[in-house]
Amino acid sequence: MSAASSTLPVPVFSRSVAASFKIYLKEAKYEFLKLLRLPVYSLSTILFPVMFYVLFGLLLNRGHEQRGVMVATYLMATYGTFGVMGASLFGFGAGLASERGLGWLEVKRASPMPPFAYFAAKTIVCMAFSLIIILILLTLGVLFGGVQISIAMAAKLIATLVVGASAFCAMGMAIGYFAGPNSAPAVVNLLYLPMSFASGLWIPIDMLPRFLQKFAPFLPPYHLGQLALGVVGVPLTQSAIGHWQALAGFTLICLGIARIGFQRSEDKSFG
Amino acid sequence: MIASMEEVLRRPEKRTTGAVVAHLENVSKNYGSVAALRNVSLNVHAGELVSVLGPNGAGKTTAIKLLLGLVGPSAGTVNVFGGDPRNPRNRLRTGAMLQVARVPETLRVKEHIDLFSSYYPKPLPLAETFAAAGLKEIANRKFGELSGGQKQRVLFALAICGDPDLVFLDEPTVGLDVEARRTLWEEIRKLVTRGKTVLLTTHYLQEADALSHRIVLINKGGIIAEGTPTEIKSRTANRQIRCLSSLPIAEVCAIPGVLEVHADREGLLISTPGPDDVLRELFRRDQRLSGIEVISAGLEAAFLALTNDNSNSEVIR
Repeated sequence: MSAASSTLPVPVFSRSVAASFKIYLKEAKYEFLKLLRLPVYSLSTILFPVMFYVLFGLLLNRGHEQRGVMVATYLMATYGTFGVMGASLFGFGAGLASERGLGWLEVKRASPMPPFAYFAAKTIVCMAFSLIIILILLTLGVLFGGVQISIAMAAKLIATLVVGASAFCAMGMAIGYFAGPNSAPAVVNLLYLPMSFASGLWIPIDMLPRFLQKFAPFLPPYHLGQLALGVVGVPLTQSAIGHWQALAGFTLICLGIARIGFQRSEDKSFG
Repeated sequence: MIASMEEVLRRPEKRTTGAVVAHLENVSKNYGSVAALRNVSLNVHAGELVSVLGPNGAGKTTAIKLLLGLVGPSAGTVNVFGGDPRNPRNRLRTGAMLQVARVPETLRVKEHIDLFSSYYPKPLPLAETFAAAGLKEIANRKFGELSGGQKQRVLFALAICGDPDLVFLDEPTVGLDVEARRTLWEEIRKLVTRGKTVLLTTHYLQEADALSHRIVLINKGGIIAEGTPTEIKSRTANRQIRCLSSLPIAEVCAIPGVLEVHADREGLLISTPGPDDVLRELFRRDQRLSGIEVISAGLEAAFLALTNDNSNSEVIR
């Protein structure tokens, strides 16, 4: 915007920062309420990781250790990763695919909604659900699993997983631009469940067959899982920076794929 | 299909002078190899209520999507408030009711409206939007719990809650029962009374007739007629004469200008482009002619005539 040299005053549109902030806040608030009231989302994304954790972390492997930490601690990190991934993939991916495919996104786009608010709201809400899942796991682990974790460590675990959720929001976005409204949940499940298993989120990676252990570093959830394990005291084989780089690279690839999907639908509309 | 007296009286005054707020110029739109619109030009003036009338698949929704900047033209120019319809500044002045397969169902009516209102700088107060769209009683209900008519009213509310100057309504009353449709008509008329510009699409002739200053008849992607409802109706010259006559049908048929004669319990029904001359002749031949009524062709007849004329040939305009 070069105001000084322009001869024709081009009306540049801008909302005040306060007004934009209010829109973003409302968009996120209603996105959250929308998903919270949708049991197929809120119950399944929260209950599955919690249920698995209670079963494998708290009931079945009491007193066992895994790589020097209690199983209850180890699985808290991996099921936390599993939960974050599910909340983001379903919340962002299935949500976008459905709203895009069934016309709601079009209604939003015809309105003066700032386009970025739509995506920001989805990301924030996926992170909020991620936070809820981690808090439940932490509470259960500390109360019933004898997990000993300092406040600082817990905060670091929460921060790691919530930031890591953004990678899966990007993956959800890519799925949302390519999958149809009805097929998206199936597509998500098809990627989510095998990926979680092969990344060592269900059962510790050391217990997986060797070829899967070799393959795991190619899977993004493996890296977030390792980062979470590192926080709770599991010695890592690779530096944390390396894992973050892998996640960042994965996020960029997903954004690139989403961009192609977006362009594809734009070309259909504006070609 | 004749508008009742009440409707004729309540039709908003004709406007022709306002500035052009929505403009299509030689616009074509292809989806792949399918031509949705061919070389369409259309102006909507401020304060006007224009109906785009046509059968399903005629290109009505495409026209609206072009004006909303949701799709781009394959050829031609699209202008809203003198600029690109995608300009956020223009979007602040427009509202749209689109056909949507699924609206988030777990949000309450008031929540949907609260959110959309927040997009606009000077929205209507929520209570006013509820009143205008008849949502007072259902404001706390979740969208998924609403009936079809109620859902349409919420979508209408989303279009008007920002108090926009230009409102696009894509098939606003589709699927509504007669009463709900009339209620919505009232609300649409109120928009125009308040100086708003409305472009609506419909395949209900009665709706276009009852509401519009101007009707744009569209079929197979092209405009086939344009004018006030009266002008459109006059495009089919045929009128019908109802009367009781003792003349044999064959003789009536032989009167110059008579196209068709039906006889039923209520007498004769004579179709003709020139009822005046036919009536003079009837009076001359039958002194006891009685029960005379001249019926102008409805919009439906005009519509059928106009669309049939073009059904076998490409629309070129």
